[in-house]
Amino acid sequence: MIGQIAPVSSIERAALRSDRFRLEREADWQRLEAIVTQIEKGRLRKLSDDDVQALPVLYRTVASSLSIARETSLDAATLAYLESLAQRAWFLVYGPRVTLWAWLRRFLGGGWSEAVRQIGLDVLIALAVMVAGAVVGWLLVASDAEWYHALVPGQFADARVPGASREVLQGTLFGNEGKTGLSAFAAYLFSNNAQVSIMAFALGFAFGLPTLMLLVQNTAILGAMLWLYHGQGLTLDFIGWLAVHGTTELFAILLAGAAGLHIGRSMAFPGDRPVVQAAAEAGRRAALVMTGVVLMLVVAAVLEAFPRQLVGSTGGRLTIGLFMLVLWLTYFYALRPGGRASASAHASALRAP
Amino acid sequence: MNTAAAGAVRLGRMTRSDRERIMITPEGIALPLTLASRGSRLGALVLDLMFIVLVMFGTTMVLISIAGGTAVFAAAGDGSGGNAMHALEFLAVVWIAAMFLFRNAYFLLFELGPRGATPGKRITGIRIAARDGGRLSAEMVIARNLLRDIELFLPLVFLASAGDGGDMGIASLAAFAWFLIFALFPFFNKDRMRAGDLIAGTWVVEAPKRKLEAAMSAGTSARGAASAARPEAAAPAYRFGEAELSVYGEYELQTLERVLRENRPESLRQVYEAICRKIGWQVGSGDERLFLECYYTQLRARLEAGMRMGRRKADKFA
Repeated sequence: MIGQIAPVSSIERAALRSDRFRLEREADWQRLEAIVTQIEKGRLRKLSDDDVQALPVLYRTVASSLSIARETSLDAATLAYLESLAQRAWFLVYGPRVTLWAWLRRFLGGGWSEAVRQIGLDVLIALAVMVAGAVVGWLLVASDAEWYHALVPGQFADARVPGASREVLQGTLFGNEGKTGLSAFAAYLFSNNAQVSIMAFALGFAFGLPTLMLLVQNTAILGAMLWLYHGQGLTLDFIGWLAVHGTTELFAILLAGAAGLHIGRSMAFPGDRPVVQAAAEAGRRAALVMTGVVLMLVVAAVLEAFPRQLVGSTGGRLTIGLFMLVLWLTYFYALRPGGRASASAHASALRAP
Repeated sequence: MNTAAAGAVRLGRMTRSDRERIMITPEGIALPLTLASRGSRLGALVLDLMFIVLVMFGTTMVLISIAGGTAVFAAAGDGSGGNAMHALEFLAVVWIAAMFLFRNAYFLLFELGPRGATPGKRITGIRIAARDGGRLSAEMVIARNLLRDIELFLPLVFLASAGDGGDMGIASLAAFAWFLIFALFPFFNKDRMRAGDLIAGTWVVEAPKRKLEAAMSAGTSARGAASAARPEAAAPAYRFGEAELSVYGEYELQTLERVLRENRPESLRQVYEAICRKIGWQVGSGDERLFLECYYTQLRARLEAGMRMGRRKADKFA
């Protein structure tokens, strides 16, 4: 029966109905593909205004073509093409539309402080843990000076050991005026502290417990050193030496720890949300806080390298430290730029649309 | 096709679908997404780390050569020694800042771009996306990349420093276990998220890029001498009856489409023979492609007509 030929009308032969559907719309699809390809290559500026304005319209055309084609066409290649094109266009139409600059402005203009206020409970817990860590450090060393060597790592324990004379300790606080190499020192400090605080944040993933341990360990060092200087009557000088950058740096570490704790707490107690969703919401909020923490650490490193080494008087140092503390507190808790409207706008931007 | 082979094909379709997810757009259109395979993600990571190391190495080399020049200048000139020291210090600052940025900002910068992918991910054809189908926001990208520090860099740095000291004690075992927990994390959840994806609410999907291919049924005019010899308006060379078309369904149609697109003579021949046997035609030779094109077009016309009536036939068993 091979070669069974029967005449048919040319209209019936012309094309399938689904092919005519495709031929009528092909041009739009290909125009969208060209626009999407240009944007993906980062050549947004080279597109004409017409093309940019056409993007959402063409996206909807392709999306509706896709849903019609799914019901009427069995051309697998065309369906796959439409699915891939609709997906690529979807990523652009519903992608992050803010530029880095606009995002940064929104971030500094309220997004950051909003996120810090949202994790208020975690900040309080982290603060309590840090204070407790310092107290424990002090008490341990006060009960037995041998603890000092166990708590304080070698890099801080050069001359600053139990039994050191007042002059030696004073020298560590005031010896460095006019030294060169300060900016390299600042950059090193920043890079180091930033990695530590990123770690404090990221460890929150394990339900926040390692974050708390990291906080306790670090502030225990502080408590031990405070005890050492207190023994020689240098308490205020030590606090001044620390406060210049310490109010900023400790605040940053506090926020990093709180951010980690926030994630850990939302995963341990997700409430009536699924754990995965709770973790994601907390994670995004904490990421905002962490971006700010990195900025704060830049400030802290600059303060540590320059004013602390260049300003020699305890009074001056305390003033700078106190000023920075008031500045941060005002920024986070007192100033609410744009009032309630901008705050809720940002909160809704944080939630998934 | 025997039953074992058919079973294997079915199984193949099923195992592929465990990576498939449906995303509903605001227009109410279901877009299928395919999760990236773990292999391509690992490949992307290795590529990215290579790029980072290369850039770090290059930057370090450039800065060292500049520093060398400055040092020579400082040794030669007598009055400019202080300036040269400042220049060296500035170079050190640049180096520390650059290393910090390469380590932390590389992933951020690229994943915030329109393609949502680092160069390594682009090469392996994957990208990141928001798990809930919403916008991919800067917060998500930041969160998923901050976690990278404890997942990857921390244990690796720790292992490297433990290896230097020569004491592979309990600490490095712990670091290795730590590393394994995070490295194996994507194997223990169905969406193949790593810890950073979980925290950020993202996942990694394939970013398919397809060209619009010629329709097998409409584009006969563009297919070379054989069809050019035959006027386009002419009747199909083969015509099949209702009984001959009703044996196959959509799955077989798509297989046929794929075979036609690949256009390999031996598979065309096999499919041709299989169809002839199934519909009880005598097996001829020399005209397989034309036969298959006609069969494809008419089968598709029949199945699509059925679709419009609300009747669908998934495969030959339906």
